[in-house]
Amino acid sequence: MALLEVNDLSVYYGVIHALKGVSFTVEQGEIVTLIGANGAGKTTTMQCIMNLIPSRSGSVFFDGHDITKMPCHKIVNLGMTQVLEGRHVFQELTVYENLLMGAYSQKDKSRIKANIKEVYDHFPRLEERKNQIAGTLSGGEQQMLAMGRAMMSRPKLLMLDEPSMGLSPLLVDEVFSVIKSFRDSGMTILLVEQNAGKSLALSDRAYVLENGNIVLSGTGTELMASDMVKKAYLGG
Amino acid sequence: MEQIITTIINGLSLGGVYALIALGYTMVYGIAKMLNFAHGDIIMVGGYTIFVFMNATGNPIIAAIFAAVVCVILGASMEKLAYKPLRGASPLAVLITAIGVSYLLQSLSQIIFGPTPKTVIVADLGVTKIGNVTISNSSVLTLILTVIIMIALTLFIKMSKTGRAMLAVSEDRDAAKIMGVNVNGIITITFVIGAFLAAVASLFYLLKYPSISNTMGSMPGIKAFTAAVIGGIGSIPGAMLGGLLLGVIECIFNSFSEIAPYTDAIEFGILIVLLLIRPNGILGKKKREKV
Repeated sequence: MALLEVNDLSVYYGVIHALKGVSFTVEQGEIVTLIGANGAGKTTTMQCIMNLIPSRSGSVFFDGHDITKMPCHKIVNLGMTQVLEGRHVFQELTVYENLLMGAYSQKDKSRIKANIKEVYDHFPRLEERKNQIAGTLSGGEQQMLAMGRAMMSRPKLLMLDEPSMGLSPLLVDEVFSVIKSFRDSGMTILLVEQNAGKSLALSDRAYVLENGNIVLSGTGTELMASDMVKKAYLGG
Repeated sequence: MEQIITTIINGLSLGGVYALIALGYTMVYGIAKMLNFAHGDIIMVGGYTIFVFMNATGNPIIAAIFAAVVCVILGASMEKLAYKPLRGASPLAVLITAIGVSYLLQSLSQIIFGPTPKTVIVADLGVTKIGNVTISNSSVLTLILTVIIMIALTLFIKMSKTGRAMLAVSEDRDAAKIMGVNVNGIITITFVIGAFLAAVASLFYLLKYPSISNTMGSMPGIKAFTAAVIGGIGSIPGAMLGGLLLGVIECIFNSFSEIAPYTDAIEFGILIVLLLIRPNGILGKKKREKV
């Protein structure tokens, strides 16, 4: 059974039919990417899986549990979290407090401490700035904080929504190498990216979303070779 | 000089009461993103509870404990029955509901206790004279306890896991959810804390003005709301500062007999002028809303 199974998910914003029956799976240990143009429904899909927005019909299963109507905080307790589009770090809290918030679902204090140390090993910049208010960090540092904060709950499945958006090319490379190291440490990754080239190269499998429908799927390399993907998302 | 010291201590003490009430408005606004217009009426319910238990036991401590319990239950059930079903509804619907809850509580207490105001002497603590300065002991007690409560609340918000979650929910509800925060639970806790502070405020208010009626919560409620807006609605230190400021201003103007009748008008006038200069209040931040 797949770690995440999305069946025929349908979402409306008022009268607008934003997701028209999206189905896909993410297997344990994979990196799976959703690519698609602006407005295709990528963020809607990610937020709907965690019930930040309600679905009209369809079902979502995670690790054997039906999470279709489960409140978001209970889904987090099952071992899934998300780095939202636009980072969403708590601007008024310090870096350290943000990381503690990331461990909100964890009870074991010594493990939280060990996790924080691991995040600092990953992102030494965060340790240097641990007592700084998060709102004063640069965009790249905030992205690192958002990813480090997500690590704190030790998720089985981590969803990342546009983690490279608005970052310099150097930082984009760093973000992708962090994603790879997350996978190497045993996390399963569901990724939404505008940077189709880099994300397909990293992905085991990928799905192309257009106007609320999945129109194409395959392995990362297959999709990179597809004429349609080349034309629409890889600049020819 | 003696007059000034007395006025300022009375002002700080009245301001402390406003601050306790203002904290309820501002925390609920920051976290649940709504104005609980029935908040002032929690004071009234606290007042009647104190009245009932003072008559039954004569012990102000027992009366205060029961007031706290009743107000906390009221705050939590108000949220659960009236506001929670409207989560995600338009702010206007929530506002109208809050006004409805306010009238419901006022009418119910009128049915139960009748339209005639009741008087209750909670405790006569007397006065202290230092040189030529006369200070009422209840003012000093109010001020000390208010300061202790404010420090405790600040520490709770800053240091505890729940407090941090409250800040997180107030800043970014979706981000808090994906951390695993039960937002509905945090909102309930916020209402409970607000109602507890209102119960404490009702005790202190009765020490100053020992008259209880079904509309007794309106004026301190509106004053405290004004204080919360002056301080910057959504900001906890703002509510404390706004409350103390408003109390001192009120007592200063009330000490001049020619001006005293216009004190309320002056206070609300200050609010209007301040909002023209600083639309987000003294400690409020632009756009971003926090607890």
